[in-house]
Amino acid sequence: MAAEYVLEMRDITKKYGENTVLSGVSLKVRPGEIHALLGENGAGKSTLMNVLFGMPVIHATGGFGGEVLIDGQKTMIASPHDAMLKGIGMVHQEFMLLPGFTITENIKLNREISKPNAISRLLGKNMETLDMATMSQDARKALDSVGMSIDEYTMVAGLPVGYMQFVEIAREIDKTGVRLLVFDEPTAVLTESEATQLLSVMRDIAARGIAIIFITHRLDEVITAADGIIILRDGQLVTELRTKDTDVTELAELMIGRKGEASFVTAQPRVFPKDAPVALHAEHLAVDMPGEIVHDVSFDVHEGEIFGIGGLAGQGKVGIPNGIMGVYDAEGSVELFGKPVQLNNARAALQDGMAMVSEDRRGVGLLLGESIEDNIVFNAMQIKDEFTKKILGAKLKDGKAIRKHANDMIRELDIRCFGPMQHTGTLSGGNQQKVCIARALTMKPRLLFVSEPTRGIDIGAKKLVLETLVKLNREQGMTIVMVSSELQELRSICDRIAIVSEGKLVDVLGADASDADFGLAMSGIKPDERRKKGGDA
Amino acid sequence: MRKDRLVEVLRKNAVTVMFVLLCLGGMAVSGQTTAYVTYELFGRLARNAFLVLALIIPIVAGMGINFAVTIGAMAAQIAVLWVIEWGVSGIAGFTLAALLTMPIAMFFGFLIGNLLNKMKGQEMIGGMILGYFANGLYQLLFLFIFGNLIPLKTPGLVIMGSTGVANTIDLSTERGFKYALDGIWRLPFGSALYVVCAAVAVVTVVMMAAKKTSAKKGGIILATAAALCLLYQIPAVAQLFSMVQVPMATFIVIGALCLFNVGIMRTRLGQQFRAVGQNRTVANAAGINVDRVRVIAIMISTVLAGWGQLIFVQNMGSFQTYGAHEQVGLYAGAAILVGGASIKRATNSQALLGCILFHLLFIVAPSAGKNLFGDAAIGEYFRVFVSYGVIAMALVMHAWSGHSKKKSQKA
Repeated sequence: MAAEYVLEMRDITKKYGENTVLSGVSLKVRPGEIHALLGENGAGKSTLMNVLFGMPVIHATGGFGGEVLIDGQKTMIASPHDAMLKGIGMVHQEFMLLPGFTITENIKLNREISKPNAISRLLGKNMETLDMATMSQDARKALDSVGMSIDEYTMVAGLPVGYMQFVEIAREIDKTGVRLLVFDEPTAVLTESEATQLLSVMRDIAARGIAIIFITHRLDEVITAADGIIILRDGQLVTELRTKDTDVTELAELMIGRKGEASFVTAQPRVFPKDAPVALHAEHLAVDMPGEIVHDVSFDVHEGEIFGIGGLAGQGKVGIPNGIMGVYDAEGSVELFGKPVQLNNARAALQDGMAMVSEDRRGVGLLLGESIEDNIVFNAMQIKDEFTKKILGAKLKDGKAIRKHANDMIRELDIRCFGPMQHTGTLSGGNQQKVCIARALTMKPRLLFVSEPTRGIDIGAKKLVLETLVKLNREQGMTIVMVSSELQELRSICDRIAIVSEGKLVDVLGADASDADFGLAMSGIKPDERRKKGGDA
Repeated sequence: MRKDRLVEVLRKNAVTVMFVLLCLGGMAVSGQTTAYVTYELFGRLARNAFLVLALIIPIVAGMGINFAVTIGAMAAQIAVLWVIEWGVSGIAGFTLAALLTMPIAMFFGFLIGNLLNKMKGQEMIGGMILGYFANGLYQLLFLFIFGNLIPLKTPGLVIMGSTGVANTIDLSTERGFKYALDGIWRLPFGSALYVVCAAVAVVTVVMMAAKKTSAKKGGIILATAAALCLLYQIPAVAQLFSMVQVPMATFIVIGALCLFNVGIMRTRLGQQFRAVGQNRTVANAAGINVDRVRVIAIMISTVLAGWGQLIFVQNMGSFQTYGAHEQVGLYAGAAILVGGASIKRATNSQALLGCILFHLLFIVAPSAGKNLFGDAAIGEYFRVFVSYGVIAMALVMHAWSGHSKKKSQKA
């Protein structure tokens, strides 16, 4: 019975349509071992876990290639519930807890212990009375094993987030026959001392023979806790390492490294002197954007610069332009060309001469049911009162001027369409993005934010979008702040790149900084300090 | 600190507090004797409380106020029509109608539940519009199919000289079952009070003997019961309730529903209702079949609403065939909100308190309006205005408290 590996994944390949997201990934996990799974966004971490848990999204898109073995037995995991029955548990990044339930009720959710009564004998198991006493005994045991002394009858609402994480773990441990636990970014919301406690709890769990897969971006923790490290990049297994054979710098390099991959657009980075005029000055900016919360960010953007903001997904980089542009609640102070910007007011931000190409082009960016020309001039008409004419005191759309401008833009940005009247909903992703850029340009902004400009568009369109940005910057001197998850893209056109991690700005690096530096910064470690520390040791 | 808490409590229960003030003011200017008001109030409570209590389970399951109870009422009215046609009278007729209501309402509830599952987040407006839509089908059924395609033999059930079911269905004839439930056991208020207090005392003593209730809590309950009985000995107090006749059987049925509402929350199914109500994603991740749980919640609510409507019509003795069900959802929904429930949380006591306050206002508003403005119609308008107003206010306050919660989390 006792196979050497509790989990073995062999040659896992997964395609979404034409797009290969995983190719030939294999991994082996022994009982009681902690494996860290590392990789940038889009490296295939979540897809691999979706395969492991038999998520509906995998089956609905044609299944996957390769095989999964549990305890040496080839298995087919049909659904998350099936995975649970086979002893695989998940500790989610976002809490799967009910605030109005006690800790006990949460731990035992849908696995309640119940006693039959008169009605249940008639109507079935669902009408059985809950046996709270036994349930709370079980909960107590599970809580003790994660080192929590909190009363099991406490409501989850109002618990500190750190406690919630431990309740989640207790719930997984309470499930009978659990053999493999997956922790998805478990320390992201924890304080330092809580994170330390969590890592020691993980080691305790592992010591009881339960294997752990640990997804994280904090490289320090990987070195502290993991026995083995698996690094994915672009859907491929880069390497499998033993922790004792490596260090943080090497991991950072392996995670990011794109040696040999030619970048398709290059703009020579320029160095701006320290006292160059400042276009945008942000101080202690905090933005409450769900999923992209910014805690405290300060930076300067020089006039005429292309400034990049990078970092992993969900760390807050996208929150920065959205906060400055007044799309989400923000606090702090922002100055544009020395003049303070009123936050939480999208109209004021536009009037001040800033424009943004949103990352959510179908949601926030475009009116999909309207024509290209109307989309292009919409903001300018609303905010600057352009493209209008007065007839008998009533303001009307100036159709001729709009048509002319739209045609100019279509030509200039090479928007592939049947004409300015075509609805934007029927355009391809790349062309929609160009319409967004055209609209931002129509505002004649002094500062342009572009957020994830190449997300979900094909490679040819990407090239064109990036070239357009460089052209705008070099020819018209427009200051551009570009936010992107694709580091390669940032490094190809930006002068400087700020890396954001956990809602804070880690460092501002030159485009030519090393892979290791970027990798370290993305996991929240300032490369300079690291070097200093390394030198001391 | 204490003052802050008082303000907080008042703010949270603003609707209820406002209603208490309105009712007190209304009673003061209406000029009605308290004895008359209590008499009316008990009558209305017996009629309506069951319907209001039927709303609790869908609220707990996160579907808001089930305005589709209107359709449950329609199911009950279909059952009543046929029981009268068959000529089964008295308590037998009532029981038959209740049994007949059950499968019809379950079927309707199943359809409603499945439809509402397609429009998660918009259940309340969906249920309301569904009620209007179903009204059309109901009219087709009663105007064209019954009495026309399916002939009715009972005299008076069919419109004279035409086809279709008559405007009013009368339950007070020998074929009907007026007071079938109310009339089983009626007591004057005093006797009813003694019976209830005695029953409570017996249960408490048994529970204490079985160590399920602590001695302290049991003592308080016993003392309260005794105090109430003693208080009633004061003639002035007794005078306040001198006209009240308590239909014991009806209140026992209402009490049973309260126990059911509490009991079901202690079962696996109840746990699923609560889990689904709080967060569908989490419930789903735990392997709960969210859609099925929601359908069950609506089915139970629809059946209960049907029974509630039966209790209502057996007390009234007749009902408007084409109108009796129309306002059921609105009034029941307003009543439960008045009691301090929200569209996320509701308890038995909130439902009962709301029912008392809401109907108290209904009793005093017309004559208060007459005394203040010289026109009873103004009081009448006022109470319709109030019932819509209460629902609107509860919805606004819900949105508002959600917003301020987000704010305070940030701080």
